[in-house]
Amino acid sequence: MKFLCVECDQQMAFGERQLPGDGTLAATFKCPQCGRVVAMLTNPMETQLVSSLGVEIGGRTVPEQPLQTIRSAVATGREDAFEEGTGDGGRGKGTPAWSSDAQERLSRVPNFVRGMVKRIYADYAKERGITEITPTVMDTARSELGLEGM
Amino acid sequence: MRTYHDLTDPDRSGLAQQIGAQRQRVAERLAGVGRIVAVMSGKGGVGKSYVTAHLARALVRAGKPTGVLDADLNGPTIPRLLGVDHSPLPIPQGAVEPATGADGVKCISMALLLEDGAPLAFKGPSAESFVWRGAMEATALREFLGDVEWGTLDTLLLDLPPGMQRYVELCDILGTPPAVLTVTIPTPESRDAVRRAMRAAVDRGSALLGIVENMVGGELKGSAADELAQEFGTPVIGRVPFHPSVTIWDQMAATL
Repeated sequence: MKFLCVECDQQMAFGERQLPGDGTLAATFKCPQCGRVVAMLTNPMETQLVSSLGVEIGGRTVPEQPLQTIRSAVATGREDAFEEGTGDGGRGKGTPAWSSDAQERLSRVPNFVRGMVKRIYADYAKERGITEITPTVMDTARSELGLEGM
Repeated sequence: MRTYHDLTDPDRSGLAQQIGAQRQRVAERLAGVGRIVAVMSGKGGVGKSYVTAHLARALVRAGKPTGVLDADLNGPTIPRLLGVDHSPLPIPQGAVEPATGADGVKCISMALLLEDGAPLAFKGPSAESFVWRGAMEATALREFLGDVEWGTLDTLLLDLPPGMQRYVELCDILGTPPAVLTVTIPTPESRDAVRRAMRAAVDRGSALLGIVENMVGGELKGSAADELAQEFGTPVIGRVPFHPSVTIWDQMAATL
């Protein structure tokens, strides 16, 4: 989708995406000429419809994970469906450590999706040279990457 | 006022590109699969899963590595038919390893991922779920195709649920229509329903590999398989009685 500033006849540029956690989505667009900013707000059904296609408004921020939509969206997944510790980002040199607070928070993520979430946070930290993942890092990553419910 | 195509700056979301990347992921993952065969019928209860599972086992016994993708997301039965337990699935190299069932058949199924006895339920607003649930199931099918490390297979059998929706989704995801193996029971009612499914498959461009007539020799009267075979010019590759011997499946695998 594209947004047009009718007054300036200019295509507006994507600004940021926010997932406030209530199932809705906000995406901002700015006119490069007059600076006007508009926000596109989608209701939970609209947000879910886009999510169900496995795509992200504003572009993908992290590489698609194996069975990402299934693991993120299935509400009745079994706790032991996946082997804990495989594909979780705990690989080799430069792997960030997890603070005890972050580990405790991670442990509250359902096991069905935990490995994938752990990998996303670990990759986020590794790419930025962050040596220890804390709840603050997780909050920042969640906001930057637009990880609803992670 | 200018319209979408008048604006030349790229669409930052790139939804079309994201969809394209998904298709590419599927194509790359299936590069080692010799052929994809959709096992389908326009009718429920004819034994598609039963035929799929036993045919897969026979193909493996014939030296043809075979996998089964259980595309019946809401009523998955393949793991039980293949004797697959609920061991956690590893994710070693950015893809999920399929489970291995009887005779070495590889398998992925929603039954391996769901709590025992639980229906497939998605998070999200329940009030309008009819709007997005179909898309969510199509995405799940796409992820089963693109995110499972199938490796090198001679045949990947897809056990489709009754109806045509999953077949249409499969055609869209694959980009080319899969070959189709049809399962029917002998009755005229089954014939009529399966005919519609076969017509839809032909219209989409699928090659018809043949027809399996299941539940033959009992109370179910009719000649659905012969009539459909004549109408569509495709062979009846097997007739399966209520208590089949192993050799029936091996003979069918040799034909397929």
